[in-house]
Amino acid sequence: MIPDWSFLSLWGKSSCAALIAAPRLMSLSPIDLTIIVIYFVFVLGLGFYLRKFAKTGEDFFSAGHGMTAWIAGLSFISANLGSLEMMGYAAATYQYGILIAHAYWIGAIPAILFLSLVMLPFYYICKTHSVPGYLQLRYGEGARSLSAISFAVMTILMSGINMYSMAVIMKVILGWNIHFSIWVSSLTVAIYVMAGGLLSAIYTEVLQFLLIWLGVLVIPIAGLAETGGWSGLVRRISENFPGQDFTHMWSNLGSFTANPMGVHWTGIVFGWGLAISFGYWTTDFLVVQRVMAAKDLRSAQMGTIIGSFFKMMVPLIVILPGLLALGVLPFKLVPETMVNTPGVHTYNEALPLMLARYCGPGLLGLGVTALIAGFMSGMAGNVSAFATVWTYDIYKPLLRKQASDAHYLSMGRWCSLLGVIVSIGTAYLVMNFSSIIVYAQAVFVFFIVPMFGTVVLGMMWKRTTPSAGFWGLLAGILVSFLLWLWVKLDPPALRYVAFSSDAKDMAENLYRAMWSLLANVLVTVVVTLFTKPKPEEELQGLVYGLTTLPSMDELPIFKRPAVWAGAVAIGFVVLNILFW
Amino acid sequence: MIPIWFFAGWLLAVYGALILVAGLWAPTSDTQGVAMQGMHLQIWWGIGLLALGLVYGICFWPRHPK
Repeated sequence: MIPDWSFLSLWGKSSCAALIAAPRLMSLSPIDLTIIVIYFVFVLGLGFYLRKFAKTGEDFFSAGHGMTAWIAGLSFISANLGSLEMMGYAAATYQYGILIAHAYWIGAIPAILFLSLVMLPFYYICKTHSVPGYLQLRYGEGARSLSAISFAVMTILMSGINMYSMAVIMKVILGWNIHFSIWVSSLTVAIYVMAGGLLSAIYTEVLQFLLIWLGVLVIPIAGLAETGGWSGLVRRISENFPGQDFTHMWSNLGSFTANPMGVHWTGIVFGWGLAISFGYWTTDFLVVQRVMAAKDLRSAQMGTIIGSFFKMMVPLIVILPGLLALGVLPFKLVPETMVNTPGVHTYNEALPLMLARYCGPGLLGLGVTALIAGFMSGMAGNVSAFATVWTYDIYKPLLRKQASDAHYLSMGRWCSLLGVIVSIGTAYLVMNFSSIIVYAQAVFVFFIVPMFGTVVLGMMWKRTTPSAGFWGLLAGILVSFLLWLWVKLDPPALRYVAFSSDAKDMAENLYRAMWSLLANVLVTVVVTLFTKPKPEEELQGLVYGLTTLPSMDELPIFKRPAVWAGAVAIGFVVLNILFW
Repeated sequence: MIPIWFFAGWLLAVYGALILVAGLWAPTSDTQGVAMQGMHLQIWWGIGLLALGLVYGICFWPRHPK
């Protein structure tokens, strides 16, 4: 899943001063402030409590492989429910309507179920610490180094952008000092991740998951009560925006011009539903790390399925507030390009405006805590994943091969702090270069999408060779980058890359992801046919057909992951039909 | 190790109590606008959080093995 970060694209140097001078949207009462302060104290205390349970590298980087299905599953989803997702998708919904729910349904559910039933057994059986670690076992050092370095860069960049977006939003909503927000929240994350590693990150993510839901769920409940239910909301949107379709997911995808995003159903299905979704959910170590920390394979699989269920429900707290903003606000929100115009509110204020509308003292504090929790869970996810990949996939194989477990544990702790400090640097960089967030969105597609092709071909086709793994990954990254550069240098090229000159930024990303995956697969297959494969005995536990997969047949039917995956799949189909 | 649900339960209970007090102290607020007057959201939400938090906090209270 990839958020629409273009809503932040103009939060650069020129607009930063205006934002700092912008009036706050809401004022907090002493009870609201108490709720926020309690949250910070609580997560720090939790971090210190968990420190004593992170004594070895295994504890710190993999949470001792002791998580239950529920904890692993909620953490899996919470790591993905960061600031950019919550604020960005509510803003994007105001702009594009319910089409954005594709990010949570076709852009997530099939891929998560595929991860659970098909890919997790391999990750789990080969006992690797990370996804780049799997690539090392399957293809060798070249593919591992390329994926690890690109992942580390991407993670830090994302973390910084996450942090900056939080600070700016806190400034706009509450009038808080931007530097205060950045330093307090990021140092809090650094302290608890340094203390307890992945265990701390997972524990706080579960807590944050509950706070996010309970803090924001007020909006859809109160909003639907105000509008008279879904049909009343649809009627109000139609009255406010006559002639525009904001409430259908598939029926307006027959042509590029019939929907607000400028996308065809092929882009949604193959770009979002296949390339981006499978790339993110099955190979982005940020999320995969959470379920790999489960105590056994079944818990990992069930955790992923539990996560998919809650993922399917997230539109309730993200998409619905965006739609409610379309229906109930007495004024129209404007693009970020008009942020300097006095008296207007922009798309990215959709969720805060809804909070202000429905939440009184106390509830407002809970809602703001939910937003902060979202920012911190996203950042903790990035930092803990960065520490693992840096220590096990860059530092250990490339810089210091032989060292004690205590040394790598210490490296992981300091690396968490280093990750946060570099992220703070990235956040300040974002302030000075207005277009870097748009670049960051492209960076995500550059690195994650091709990884899926490389990993899945390695798992499913024993003939795939080490050279093919490396060159396929590199080809996918390069094609994505070159297509992005082509459109930047020659905008009319959009009609070739995205099949339409009407395509918006998000639609362009969907099609570029598709091309990137295609290039990755083609190059991998061609190079494979001309190079020598690994002997089969070296592929045991890594490739389908050469690995004995544990059977779940002896379990009662209601304990089998496949059965619950089927139930989620039925829910997914029903939701798509309901909002067709 | 103390289960996460214990911590989560007590945090929610404290939040529920605070929101309930806020709701009883000031049942309506200027920031809520006319739309929400009469719904007493804080009171209901506060009671819900308090009850949920207490259930989790008590059910997952750490017990030392005998």
